[in-house]
Amino acid sequence: MGDHHHGPAKGITRWLFTTNHKDIGTMYLWFSFAMFILGGAFAMIIRAELFQPGMQLVEPAFFNQMTTLHGLVMVFGAIMPSFVGLANWMIPLMIGAPDMALPRMNNWSFWILPPTFLMLASTLFMEGGAPAFGWTFYAPLSTTYAPPSVTLFIFSVHVLGLSSIMGSINIIATVMNMRAPGMTYMKMPLFVWTWLITAFLLVAVMPVLAGAVTMMLMDIHFGTSFFSAAGGGDPVLFQHIFWFFGHPEVYIIILPAFGVVSQIIPAFSRKPLFGYDSMVYATAAIAFLSFIVWAHHMYTVGMPVAGELFFMYATMLIAVPTGVKVFNWISTMWRGSLTFETPMLFSIGFLILFTIGGFTGLMLSIAPADFQYHDSYFVVAHFHYVMVAGAVFSMTAAIYYWLPKWCGRMYNEAMGKTHFWISFVGFNLAFFPQHFVGLAGMPRRIPDYALQFADFNMMSSIGAFIYGASQILFLYNVIATIVSGKPTSDEKVWDGAEGLEWTVATPAPYHTFETPPRIDPAHAHS
Amino acid sequence: MCFKAKRLFGLALGPVLMLLSAVALAAGGEVSQVNMTPGVTEVGKEIYNLHMLILWICVVIGVGVFGVMFYSIYAHRKSKGHEPATFHESTKVEIAWTVIPFFILIGMAFPATSTLLKIYDNDDAEMDVLVTGYQWKWKYEYLNEQGENVSFFSNLRTSQSEIYNVEDKGEHYLLEVDEPLVLPADTKVRFLVTANDVIHSWWVPELAVKKDAVPGFINEAWTRTAQEGVFRGQCAELCGKDHGFMPIVVNVVSEDEYAQWLDTKQAEAAQIKELMAQTFSMDELMERGKAVYERNCLACHGGGGEGGVGTAIAGSAIATGALPGHLEIGVNGVPGTAMQAFGGQLNDVDMAAVITYQRNAFGNNMGDMVQPIDVFNFKKG
Ligand code: HEC
Ligand code: HEM
Ligand SMILES: [Cu+2]
Ligand SMILES: [Cu+2]
Repeated sequence: MGDHHHGPAKGITRWLFTTNHKDIGTMYLWFSFAMFILGGAFAMIIRAELFQPGMQLVEPAFFNQMTTLHGLVMVFGAIMPSFVGLANWMIPLMIGAPDMALPRMNNWSFWILPPTFLMLASTLFMEGGAPAFGWTFYAPLSTTYAPPSVTLFIFSVHVLGLSSIMGSINIIATVMNMRAPGMTYMKMPLFVWTWLITAFLLVAVMPVLAGAVTMMLMDIHFGTSFFSAAGGGDPVLFQHIFWFFGHPEVYIIILPAFGVVSQIIPAFSRKPLFGYDSMVYATAAIAFLSFIVWAHHMYTVGMPVAGELFFMYATMLIAVPTGVKVFNWISTMWRGSLTFETPMLFSIGFLILFTIGGFTGLMLSIAPADFQYHDSYFVVAHFHYVMVAGAVFSMTAAIYYWLPKWCGRMYNEAMGKTHFWISFVGFNLAFFPQHFVGLAGMPRRIPDYALQFADFNMMSSIGAFIYGASQILFLYNVIATIVSGKPTSDEKVWDGAEGLEWTVATPAPYHTFETPPRIDPAHAHS
Repeated sequence: MCFKAKRLFGLALGPVLMLLSAVALAAGGEVSQVNMTPGVTEVGKEIYNLHMLILWICVVIGVGVFGVMFYSIYAHRKSKGHEPATFHESTKVEIAWTVIPFFILIGMAFPATSTLLKIYDNDDAEMDVLVTGYQWKWKYEYLNEQGENVSFFSNLRTSQSEIYNVEDKGEHYLLEVDEPLVLPADTKVRFLVTANDVIHSWWVPELAVKKDAVPGFINEAWTRTAQEGVFRGQCAELCGKDHGFMPIVVNVVSEDEYAQWLDTKQAEAAQIKELMAQTFSMDELMERGKAVYERNCLACHGGGGEGGVGTAIAGSAIATGALPGHLEIGVNGVPGTAMQAFGGQLNDVDMAAVITYQRNAFGNNMGDMVQPIDVFNFKKG
């Protein structure tokens, strides 16, 4: 590029051909929000059908398509791309780099996503319907017994994996090579640290997922029998491979969220993050442990008892580094000077609800008890506490926190707080009762249920509608901010915020840190 | 209290209010169950105690952690003029909160390990039942050392009109079957769990048994219950369209009653054998065939033969075509599709009846009949 100080290109080509980390970050964020709405619409259909016992709205086969697509779209379309978008925007700004290390690949890793999800969603209109075997797609339901759309599903997973791997390589290359002089590893903001570790997890496990779906493809179309006992294969092998990807995947989802709240809580406590070093070590410990606990999803599958014991002990251990993180966040707040703007509210919401999800995780790790919990609504409650109140709440906090820096306008605080309270109440109303029905014996993934589960399910549906509706307020608030929010040009939008991103102009110019900033060697990490 | 403080108060109050409203709503009707059942077996009670132990440990830790947090939210607010401290680490504290949880976990691991070992103690069973998951029903086979095995399928009994809200829902809506599994009390029963098509999972909370049914593999589980009664459960692993509609009912009776029941079942099996040799009239076949159809085929082929997961039977080229072709599909299924081989699931009388029914119902009116002996000969080849 000849002229370094040009602005963005005009029109659609700006977005199609852009290599600018901010543009790409913006596209990722909007795309993931669109997927959040799509996945949310599927969830509303699920909860509407479950509002009362009996079949009212949809047929069981369609219901299964909804649960499957809901899971896939939320995990791979909403949560993961949103954090990649945030990484694109914030990592260069946080480490003082002018852009991502591999800007063209960056463009590519975004642009292969929308067609992929279009393809996945289009399977709804295929003969035989969309995939209906759950987001965990256990064989042989997903092979011998799958609808024809499974082939498109496999292709989608391959492309999503490709996109994630490219995104991760980019993040690793950026963090390792493009830190401003003086920014040592132990001075990096925690968001950068958690993303660096997440990127390594992604590079390690995405190929495993690709392997799993490739084996499915072979079984379906080329006569192999990896997962079919009739041909000498083993359906349980699928689960081992899937969860070897799947458990690290849940940490891929939550580690960047840990990073976000580790930025926000100190800012609104006006006090440095407590235990920075132990936060880094705890993140690394969690990442390591996440590779040796996968079979805790398979306690009832018929493993030898020695295997059960190993996976139980290893899983219980994860509670230790997770606890360290929670204690550190609370100690950061302790004797701070706290204010409760919307990002802080969502971070505190995260802290409370994620901790509850961690507790139920610990309960689930106890193998004998998991014989009763497994595949019940108790598990559904657990993972929505960690994924929605964990990852999505923290993402929401991140948007409110950095939006003023991105667009130079302030969002409406009252509306933000209202959004938080409606979300918080709606979320808990939707998911807390699911602990009860799960313990009382309601299996997951069923379109209709026995009468004793009726009242809590109705409550859960009402809560889900409330939580869903609150996202409309969120969308409105964000658009209103971008279009007509109160302009601000303070470099430091939040008085307690620390970090290089708060040293550039507001709104962040199209090109930042073309000359690297100087990091004061005496200054601690941000 | 200033406006902000009230908001904060609301933060604490939210979950409490929600819990209260949950309880209130539940108390409005019957009080819904909110906790795991201790069940009726020794292992079940141990699991329950373990569950409560861990739950209480979590509650205590939670109260501590959230207590500190809420105190901080209350006391260390900028609006109250609190100045921020500057500390940001403390090796001692950090070591403490790494090591102490570790010891708490070790404390949990002991009871967990001992309960797990009991669950896995499959030895010395007094009887074996082979449990096979099918899309979407269970088959039970009593493995008998003397005499013949008794085996039967257990299908959902709830009617489509209850499910589709035409009729009122009965007390055991979706948790009732045409033929329950009958077990003797005070007996160590071993379940050999497997599946015919996809993975299912056999779960009865009160027996504290959940075991995946994996095609091609046999898993073991066991139970022993002192208490007689009816215990209900469901398939726990997503197994396709009607995963929500394959309940489990276990009827635990006294040992005498069980022996009696087993005798009747064996007599019934003998009777079926006799029936196999008989010739039936069209009306008899149609009547029996309708019942068999509704139990085994309706879920996929529809009440009026209109199809669904399966192809339509009304006007189907196969059901209105040559007889051997029709028998072939009924007996051997269509490999690689949801159309299973029913040859091993239905006895020859039922197979003859359902094929006859399909050929003459739904306006197919072929006018021909299939007798048990025809099925027998077809199977022999
Ligand atoms: C689990 C679902 C399922 C059940 C239960 C089921 N079928 Fe089928 N059936 C199918 C499917 C799917 C096909 C289409 C197979 C194909 O692709 O050729 C089919 C096809 C058929 C056909 C051929 C129809 C045609 O013209 O293509 C016959 C006959 C038939 N089934 C008989 C039965 C009988 C008899 C029963 C009950 C004893 C039964 N089916 C139960 C799924 C089912
Ligand atoms: C303290 C940490 C955690 C522990 C000990 C833990 C433990 C477990 C266990 C044992 C299960 C299996 C339950 C079963 O199927 O019977 C499970 C399920 C699950 N967990 Fe966690 N978990 C923890 C944190 C998390 C986090 C952080 C996430 C994601 C953000 C997460 C997401 C999930 C999901 C998605 C499932 C269900 C997967 C499925 O079957 O669809 N968990 N967890
Ligand atoms: Cu896991
Ligand atoms: Cu099932």
